[in-house]
Amino acid sequence: MLTVFLQFLFSGLTVGAVYALVGIGFNITYNATSIINLAQGEFVVIGGLMMWFFSESLQLPFFVSVALTIVTAGIVGLLMERLTIKPLKNPDLLLMIMITIAVSIVLRGVLMFCFGKNPYVYPSFTEGEPVSIYGAIIQQQTLWVIGITGFCIIVLFFFYKKTIIGKAMLACAVNPTAAQLVGINVSKMVMVSFVLSAIVGAIGGMAITPISLMEYDKGPMLAVKGFCAAIMGGLGSNRGAVLGGFLIGILESMTAGYIHSGMKDAIALIILLLILFFKPAGIFVSKTMLQLRKF
Amino acid sequence: MLSIKEIGKSFGGLKALSNISLDVKEGDIKALIGPNGAGKTTLLNIVSGIYQPDNGEVIFLGEKIVHLAPTKIARKGISRTFQHVELFGNMTVIENIMVGRHAKTKSGFFSSGFKLPFVMKEEREIQRKSEEILEYINLGHRKDEYASNLPIGEQRILEIGRALATEPRLVLLDEPAAGLNMRETRNLGEIIKRIRDELKITIVLVEHDMDLVMRISDSVTVLNFGEVIADGTPLEVQKNPEVIIAYLGDEEEIPRGYNAHT
Amino acid sequence: MKKGDLTAFLVFVLLIILLPVFSGSNYTLTVGIFSGINALVAIGLCILMGYAGQVSLGQAGFYGIGAYVSSVLSLHGGFPILISAILAMIVAAIAAMILAVPALRLKGHYLAVATLGFGEIIYIILNEWGPGGPSGFGDIPHFSFLGYAVDSTIGYFYLIWGLVAAVMFFSINLIHSRSGRALRAIHDSELACNAMGLNVVALKIKVFILSAVYASLAGSLYAHYVTFISPSSFSLFYSILVLMMVIVGGITNLWGAIIGAVVITVLPELLRRFEELDVLVYGLILTLSLMFFKKGLVPILIEKIKKLRGFAIAKH
Repeated sequence: MLTVFLQFLFSGLTVGAVYALVGIGFNITYNATSIINLAQGEFVVIGGLMMWFFSESLQLPFFVSVALTIVTAGIVGLLMERLTIKPLKNPDLLLMIMITIAVSIVLRGVLMFCFGKNPYVYPSFTEGEPVSIYGAIIQQQTLWVIGITGFCIIVLFFFYKKTIIGKAMLACAVNPTAAQLVGINVSKMVMVSFVLSAIVGAIGGMAITPISLMEYDKGPMLAVKGFCAAIMGGLGSNRGAVLGGFLIGILESMTAGYIHSGMKDAIALIILLLILFFKPAGIFVSKTMLQLRKF
Repeated sequence: MLSIKEIGKSFGGLKALSNISLDVKEGDIKALIGPNGAGKTTLLNIVSGIYQPDNGEVIFLGEKIVHLAPTKIARKGISRTFQHVELFGNMTVIENIMVGRHAKTKSGFFSSGFKLPFVMKEEREIQRKSEEILEYINLGHRKDEYASNLPIGEQRILEIGRALATEPRLVLLDEPAAGLNMRETRNLGEIIKRIRDELKITIVLVEHDMDLVMRISDSVTVLNFGEVIADGTPLEVQKNPEVIIAYLGDEEEIPRGYNAHT
Repeated sequence: MKKGDLTAFLVFVLLIILLPVFSGSNYTLTVGIFSGINALVAIGLCILMGYAGQVSLGQAGFYGIGAYVSSVLSLHGGFPILISAILAMIVAAIAAMILAVPALRLKGHYLAVATLGFGEIIYIILNEWGPGGPSGFGDIPHFSFLGYAVDSTIGYFYLIWGLVAAVMFFSINLIHSRSGRALRAIHDSELACNAMGLNVVALKIKVFILSAVYASLAGSLYAHYVTFISPSSFSLFYSILVLMMVIVGGITNLWGAIIGAVVITVLPELLRRFEELDVLVYGLILTLSLMFFKKGLVPILIEKIKKLRGFAIAKH
């Protein structure tokens, strides 16, 4: 009983970690620009597929591959921002949504062209026996995923709280004019936010591929679930995104395990709709925030 | 016609309105004045249903309206204009007025799509009545122009015209003279007076232009820091020392147009 | 109807009648049929987005409801096709209402994602519990009315485009009516609409239902034409495709929806030889349209024509 439960729990935490990272990616862009980048999911796919390319196809050493994948993701994020976001002066919301969707399609198209429709995989980061907790078999890669996610969260926390760049990025979303007036290069911050969110997404993709493989079209579903994670704590709150991501992952895993595996994707969507309809400000959020937010 | 009783409203920690009570007599032009931040627009928003007060009551034609939605309140006979002009910029001048007729007409999606005869008849009626209103406010020559292309003076008049299209008993005007020059303001004053005299519509006017206020109002209520500090005829209020202090602070500042009257 | 629209409508009807005469190949007609089906969905979305200013990334859901409900009712329930299609529209309308009531309180991104979520849920339902599951099912009867079965390509062409014409007639009337004005007003200022006594919530729900019903009709027509359907035709990709049609054609113009539908339907045919590139090309077209032809093909064309007329007048 406990064994089975723990098994589901850990698989939920694993997949939840990726959702959390996607959610954080959404927050990074949103916090700097008030834009919700619906191409966020594609960065995860890029992370997984490029890692395969560097480590398996080109047979480069592990750390080199990781570095190159991160650089690639960063460049993609940069290109997206420079080519499609920056040129538009004062676009309206609808246009922004559609442009990010359009870019996600382009990215997907490129991935499909380069990698085809097959799933890809590469070995776990560490070889070794799975760990056993109360009878539940936990792959080492699972621990890597959770650990890396935790690490990212901590790094980002310090980034926003302690570094000037982090605080500057937050300032940009709240009031870009004021930010410019105090000398913050808003357009650079926007660029940094896209690069950063791409890297975060790619890290998630790199970590999860050994467990659940990676295909060119996993992007949209990841984006939807990651967005769900992001709004659970109120858009912009990374704490909420993390809690949300893990929660969705666990619920998904439990649903697949105990109820019906086909419902797995539906559960995240149902949660998404419930939150949007009843508590769009998020469920881990304070009352004053609720009054101030606009939807 | 309109009774505001002990209205209070806070936003978070900020108390915008405390214990506001005032009455508007039918057929009056009632001005609501006070320094910026006094709570005038907040009060209008409560009357028109955009905000819910924390306490108090608003009674219109004998009915309590505080918990009604803005749409319902509009249909009861209260119409309004906004501090920042809220016209339908992508529609023509005449279309803006025609939308004002919406609540008084009833062709639905289905009947409109199939162009049923009663729909055509109603549409002609809407067109006719809207043109009438447009002529009344002297904007007939702008009929087919896009509302966003009009100069601000005409935009404000158009907004009033749209409010008239709903056949209201009471119209709330939120700083209609803001951004207008002297000629436009005079014109505005004429129109407001005509609306009251000829159409028998009661007016509540939030304004900063003291010249306009003193010239056309029958009754004035003064707000400061969310409280009523004076209520009476324009002459009475002008002489009220508390009002003078509220506006002039500790002497020097003179509100626009104040001198022109005394 | 305004003069410009009447002219356009007559030209449109003429084109429909004449196309099979000039290019009667089965292939052209088939592409034409799919264009027409997509046009129906696009027109509905155009009214929702271009006029009422809302957004929906879930039209595939209603399209799928139309296809599945009509097919099941006619195939397994023995209902006449027309009744099945109408019942499907009612189901779609109910689904739209259930979604719209909570969703239309949201704006922008939130509304987009909510509709996206809805579309995906329908897809999952069809995938899990639809007859045949992911593989779909067939033997769906061809469209027939009072004993007359429509089973020739040219017959279907006229049927579909005849319906498109009828829907355009209805839609153009709607846009120019009191309701159409109300929708455009909502797009500009909901605040003012409420203050003028418009029931904004009800109007938004109504237009949402309208777009759902159009999509459902298209779905039913699709199912009874291809006689075999599977959930993969009703995925998020289709919702985005329809979005593209409306944007490329011109979000503020109903004719744009038709033009956009034709362009986006014909495109994959032109890209046949670049099979692995089709997704990429779709994406590029959409991106470029959004960035440079924001207004869409039809409005830009109209602007150019007006400019040319201006030159012509100036020269004389």
